[in-house]
Amino acid sequence: MIEVQHLCKQFPHRTKDGRQGFKTAVDDLTLSVGRGEIFGLLGPNGAGKTTTIRMMTMQTKPTAGTICYDGLDTRHDARRIKSLIGVVPQHINFDQDLTVGENLELHARLHHMARAERRARIEELLRYVELTDVVNDGVRRLSGGMKRRLLIVRALLHRPRILFLDEPTVALDPQVRRRIWSLVQDMARNGVTVFLTTHYIEEAEALCDRVAILAKGHLVDLDTPQRLRQKMDLPNLEEVFLALTAETQAKEGR
Amino acid sequence: MNIRENLMDIATVFWRDWVVLKRRLAKFILSRMVAPMLYLVAFGWGLGRSIEISSGTYLDFLVPGILALNSMNISFNSITPVHAERIYHKSLEEYTIAPIWPDAFLIGKVAAAVVRALISSAIIVVLAVLFGAHFQMTPLFLLVLVLNCVVFAEIGFLAAMKIRTYEEMAQVNTYILLPMSFLCGTFFSTQALPAAVRYFIELLPLTHTSYLLRGIGSGADVSYLSLLVLVLYAVAGWLWGSRAFRRLTE
Repeated sequence: MIEVQHLCKQFPHRTKDGRQGFKTAVDDLTLSVGRGEIFGLLGPNGAGKTTTIRMMTMQTKPTAGTICYDGLDTRHDARRIKSLIGVVPQHINFDQDLTVGENLELHARLHHMARAERRARIEELLRYVELTDVVNDGVRRLSGGMKRRLLIVRALLHRPRILFLDEPTVALDPQVRRRIWSLVQDMARNGVTVFLTTHYIEEAEALCDRVAILAKGHLVDLDTPQRLRQKMDLPNLEEVFLALTAETQAKEGR
Repeated sequence: MNIRENLMDIATVFWRDWVVLKRRLAKFILSRMVAPMLYLVAFGWGLGRSIEISSGTYLDFLVPGILALNSMNISFNSITPVHAERIYHKSLEEYTIAPIWPDAFLIGKVAAAVVRALISSAIIVVLAVLFGAHFQMTPLFLLVLVLNCVVFAEIGFLAAMKIRTYEEMAQVNTYILLPMSFLCGTFFSTQALPAAVRYFIELLPLTHTSYLLRGIGSGADVSYLSLLVLVLYAVAGWLWGSRAFRRLTE
């Protein structure tokens, strides 16, 4: 479903001595994700998770490498791919001048949904995440948990085949987090491929079929949570994560 | 290229701005009456009584200038919230992630800014008539007004795409729009300026709008070269704005 080959991203950056240079955010990342899989990209802050998702969702261009979805290349088929993907960003990015319903309506129109279909789908999804009562409220008035749920249903509105979630449960209380996890699992059961980034180990362990561990832009390991634990002979994914990222940091420091 | 989808995309971008404007329409109309009213009172009635103009009154001379500068200001400022959407709310990502024709965003935003500026212009026309001004409104007059709105909406769009901070956005108003408001043949003819300044001022789009609106409004013959200048500015603004929007995802 998703094929990422030798992906690199460098950003212009001013070095310590004030010269113009480049900083590598993602370095030679290669991975593939199967249809209906929940795939997690795990890494500490600044590992390159968000940059990877931004490249995969065509928000920023790779410096090198390719990204393909069922053979469609992001360099040539951007518009076609955009109709297949749904994106839940890390930050809240609603249109602040529109209400909850209008934000969803805008999204549905941008995805060329017909009037009757968009009305029915908006109603169905708002009911699903229990936000029907706030449909006519401005988005500024929603609580953090409500905003997160709305971000997710907005991304699902046009029935994407691949769902990207960038730190979907960051700064949420445990109840809301669990609720979002069950929403993501429902999606995968319905055949949606889910690609998520997180730095919560328990989230990756609870949700993901496979995880890739990223540190300082490098892919450190990629496997099922269970096999990663067995390989390292460690009791949980958190220990595996700490061991692998510490190893990378030590190598970088050398 | 799917033309039907592209048109739908333009309509969607326009729809969003129309929803926001509709909610604030009464406030928008009232606030747009203040500045032109002050110009008409201060420069038309007050200062205008002591100014001699070869043809008609100073008020007749002034109204096309006010229309030009007001449509410039409204169209530019209607599009500047896009800057906050890009930098602070990050809500432009909704458009860059969506399967839309990228130029639809520019066209939809410019069209919405033109509508706002035309509503504001209509208010000035009504006020000017009430103040006793005389001018003709022809289809060409309207075309020039629309072109002026397009040019300055595109400049606003470009600023919203390129500029990083609120402070710098405000500086565009201070260093570009404000001097143009006063110098580009709006309140007095550019002939009154020293030659070197005049040559520079006559390169600017607002000078051509003032000249055209004043000429057409008084029934005089106008040079189509000025119309061509406005068209060239509009085309250049589209090309540059379109490139700037596409570069957001580089």
